[in-house]
Parts: sequence; structure tokens; C-alpha cells
Amino acid sequence: MNFFLQLLVSGAMLGAVYSLIALGFVIIAKSSGVINFAQGQLVAIGALILWTFSIALGLPLWVSLVLSIAFCALLGMGIEHLTIRPMTGQPIVSVIIMTLGIATLFDSLMAAIFGTVERSLPATFPTGGLSIRGISLAYEYLFSFIIASAMVGFFLYFFQYTRLGLNMRAVADGHDKARSCGVKVGAVFRLAWAISASSAMAGGFLLGNIESVSINLSGIALRVFPVIVLGGIDSIWGCIVAGPIVGILEIMAAGYVDPITQGGAGDVMASVIIVLTLIFKPFGIFGQKHIERI
Amino acid sequence: MDVSLPCGIYSNSYSKDLAIVRTRTRWTGLVVLMGLSLLAPFILNNAWLGWVIETCLVIIAVLGLYLVVGLCGQVSLGQAGFMAVGAYSAAILMDQLGISYWLALPAATIITAAVALLFGLPSLRVKGIYLAMATLASQYVIVWVITHPPFHKWSGGFDGLTTPSPTLGPIVFNSYSSWFYVVIVFMWALVFFSKNISRTRVGRAFVAIRDSELAAEVLGIHIFRYKLIAFFLSGILAGVAGALFAPYIVRIAPENFNLEKSLWYLGMLIVGGSGNVMGAIIGTIFIRLLLEIAVIFGPSIHVIPVIGPYLANYLAGILFGLVMVIFLIFEPRGLNRRLEILRTSYRLHPFSY
Repeated sequence: MNFFLQLLVSGAMLGAVYSLIALGFVIIAKSSGVINFAQGQLVAIGALILWTFSIALGLPLWVSLVLSIAFCALLGMGIEHLTIRPMTGQPIVSVIIMTLGIATLFDSLMAAIFGTVERSLPATFPTGGLSIRGISLAYEYLFSFIIASAMVGFFLYFFQYTRLGLNMRAVADGHDKARSCGVKVGAVFRLAWAISASSAMAGGFLLGNIESVSINLSGIALRVFPVIVLGGIDSIWGCIVAGPIVGILEIMAAGYVDPITQGGAGDVMASVIIVLTLIFKPFGIFGQKHIERI
Repeated sequence: MDVSLPCGIYSNSYSKDLAIVRTRTRWTGLVVLMGLSLLAPFILNNAWLGWVIETCLVIIAVLGLYLVVGLCGQVSLGQAGFMAVGAYSAAILMDQLGISYWLALPAATIITAAVALLFGLPSLRVKGIYLAMATLASQYVIVWVITHPPFHKWSGGFDGLTTPSPTLGPIVFNSYSSWFYVVIVFMWALVFFSKNISRTRVGRAFVAIRDSELAAEVLGIHIFRYKLIAFFLSGILAGVAGALFAPYIVRIAPENFNLEKSLWYLGMLIVGGSGNVMGAIIGTIFIRLLLEIAVIFGPSIHVIPVIGPYLANYLAGILFGLVMVIFLIFEPRGLNRRLEILRTSYRLHPFSY
């Protein structure tokens, strides 16, 4: 029972970080309808840039965080302007293949610059952890959970109650309708990509504390895809709910099935969730059903 | 034969109009090309011959992708996974069950086609983005099933499997030059097969589904059935490619069939031009050459200081990503379109504006 609860709690906390990274996917998908397959690479780039600022250049952590967020926001805007904007009017599949190309490019570029050496970020969180009734919560997981939840909560508030968030939801609803109300659609796209890249960086920062920083972080994308498929690609509540669910399922699979299959059950769990969700509930729990009207 | 004039090619019967090769010049050119390709083992050294064999196998795999992505308009990110099924099936059938290669090849092909069919099932319910994710998931699930229990006893898990050399009577195929002839025969056969698909009923249904699913359904084309046929055919081609790959590389391991390879195959198809067979072939050859150039010249580039000492290994990936992005922005119809424009402007000279 204790083992079960331990896995449950660890999964939920990891799931909060997944939610944060999934948020990046959802924001871009909501505003421009593109699934950004390069999001995993953005997480890895964010973490590596943070490493560069804080360890290679030796700046204090807060300064590095601010600089990294600025860098990633600019990077996101740059990607949108140089590669996604010229593809307006093309079928959505081409844009997705474009993001796949960008993903490959960034993977190789980052590996060429940084190599595949595993690095570590400066220790942000105290080591050790709490122990509640026999369930241990490492401080890294606990603080990541708190920070990720806070950021997701902030984005919820942002989209619901601020003018900028309203603009973004309007663009997600329909570009022409938003434009006719005076919303600058191009600026909203750029903002969406900037926010996405920055939240990817935040996710990379948290993951970099839990695991180590290297280009392999981009593999997180495969573990986050089930979150967006299960939650619905255009639903923020979806990724909030689906994140912990996927995290729990993955950790449970790793805990219970690994001894039978000698490892790797957690990794394939992501793919299994994707396939099952697509068969039974193609639009996810909270996603909008796209009904084709003739 | 058809008459080739500057203003186009003209036929005087339906069968001539539908023919795969339409003019006498093209037939001669094709025969000469096929003849020259058979001379390759005498001209090239062993390393380049291996490159050519691998390129032919990749052409077969990318032709499978052409059927699903180019003709039928679906998205498939799992082609390398299907190749893995083909390669491992052939190797296991030969290794563990002692079946002759010439029976193992069709068996592996059918197994791969069945697996591809299975992973094409989501195409009933989802399109585009979601299908891409389903096939991405299929890639990982296939590799996982191969490397973990219960299959890992037969497949060697992560270490890989050694394939015994195929024999045909007295001939043992354990060198590149002997295997080259088997591969080239299959490649030419499958190129004609793929080219032929587009003029059959099935091929026309594919194109209708690609252009407008709704209109195709209204016309009475059973969409789900034809999408499954597309995946089945791409599975056949991937199975043949994988089964021919196993004796070539002798030791097959999961690393030969990872997601990176799937993305490369898709990229080759897109860069070459996803709409026709020529595009698939050109794209494959172009990207493979690019990869080879990157591998050869990678270690000698020390110019850029920021991009550090690891550049040599990753130059191929960087070039591939750049090429894909640039082609998608500037020439989404691929290299084939550029070559077509060149050919047309040559033919119409001096009126090629």
C-alpha cells in the first residue's frame, strides 16, 4: 500500500511538470492550430541556455533565469517569424513536417555545440526531502510541483482575466473574427510562440534539477505527447488534468511492470496511452470535437 | 509509341496514354540506366557499393512512404519501425527456424504488412496531426516489443541479431557484389510496381482521398478500406526493404531502426517531392549524398569557433534539418518540381518563360 501511495504521489508531482511542458504545446495549438514537434527541443535548449548562463558564464541564478527567459522568448518569436509565418496557407501537415525539420535541426545543432555530456544545474533546491507517513517527497519533486502548479495557475488566470489572454483566445477561436475585432493576429502568434518557448525553458529548468541537463532532455516530448492527446490539444484544463494522470500511469507502469519486462515499461506507457486514447477518444477528454460540416 | 513534340506528348490510344514509359527516347534511356546499374559492382569499390545497396533499400522504404504520404495523403512517422519488423522477422525465421531466405522474405513481408495494417487502424478515427502521433507511437511500441520480453529471447534484445547469409543453390550471398544484384532487381521491380499503382483503381482512389476526403466519400470510395490498403502496401515495401537489409548489414540492432531514421525517410520524400515516384527516388539519393558528404568532410571543418568540437558528428543532422526547412519554405513541391521546370524550360527553349 505504501509502495502504491509512493508511486501515486511521485507520479502526480512529475505530472505537474509534464503539464507545464504540455502547456507550451497547447498554447501554440490553440492560437495557430500547429502541433509544435520541436517543443521537446525547446525544453532542452532552455535548460542548456540556463546552464550556459549560470555555470559557463557564472552569473547568479536569478540573473540567468531572467536572461534565459528573454533568450527563449526571442528564440520562439524568431522561429515563428522565420519558419512558420512563410507557411501560412499551406496545409497543416506541411507545417507539422516543418516543425519536425526544425526539431531535427535543433537536436543536431545543440548536440554540435554542447555535445551529449550530462551536466547539472546549480543546486536550487535543498537536498533531501520530507517524509509524510512513510512516503518520501524529495524536495526537488516537491518544489518542482509547487513551481509548475503556480505557473500553470498563472497561465489560467492570464488566459481568463487579462486582455492579452482574451486576445489569444479570440485568435484561437477564429483568425478573421479576431482580426475584425481589432486584434493583431500576427502579434498574437509571436506572443504565443514566445510564451511557449519560455514555459518550455521553465520546464527545462525544473527537469534539469530532477534529471540532468543534456540534449537528451528533448526526449521529454514523447512523454508529454500523451498529455496533450489525453487532455485535448486545445484545452488548458485538459493538460492540467491529464498531466498528473499520465505521470501517475507512467510511474506506476515503471514500478509494477518493470520487474516483469526488465525495464522500459514507463517509456512505452506513453505510446500505449497515445494509441488507446486515439482509438477510444480521439479528441481527448476536454478537447473540442471537430465535426465536419458539409 | 507516342509522339513527343515541344508542345507535349501525344498518344493515339488509351493504353499508350496510360503507359508508364511513353516515348521511345525514354525507353532507351531507361534500358541504358538499368544496364549501367547492373555494372555497378565492377565500377565501384566495396565501400561505395555498400552505400549504393543501402541507398536502394532506403529507396524501397521511401517508396512505401510515398504510397501512404504522397499518394494517399496520410502521415506516417513509423516507416523505420516497419522496416525493423521486416528485418527482424526475416532474421528470426532464418536464424531460429532455419527457413530458407527465399521463403523468409515473403513471410517477413506479410508479417510487416499485417503490423502496418494494425497501426493504420487509427486512421479510421483520426487524421493529420493525430495520425502522425499514432504512427510515432507505433515506432516506439515496435522497437519496445522487439527489445523486451517476450520477444527478446529470439531477437537478441538490445544487442542485436546476426543474420545467416542467404543461399540460392550453390551461390552464397555473403559479399556486397553478390547481394547487390538481388537488391537491384527488387528495387527496379518495386519502382515499377509503385509507378503502376497510380494508374490502377486503387491508386486513383488514393489520389481522390488525398485531394478531398469528403468528395471521395461522396463518390462512393470506401475511405477506410483504401487507407488500410495504403498502409498495407507501405508495409509490404517496408517489409521487403527490411528483409533485404538484414543480410546486407548482417548484425541488426534496434539502433538501425529508430525514430531518427523514420524522420529522415519522411524528409527524403518531402525534399524530393512527395507527389511521384521520381520525387521519392531523387530525394533519397540527394539526402543520402548529402549525408555522405557531411560524413566525409565533417572532420575537416574547424572554422566556426562557437560550434564546438562535436560538429563533425552532427553536421549531417544540421544539414538535413536546414535542407528540410529551406525546401519546405521555398519549394514545397520538392526537388522533383525544380527538375521538372528545368526539363520543361529546356524543351521549350527559347520560349521557356
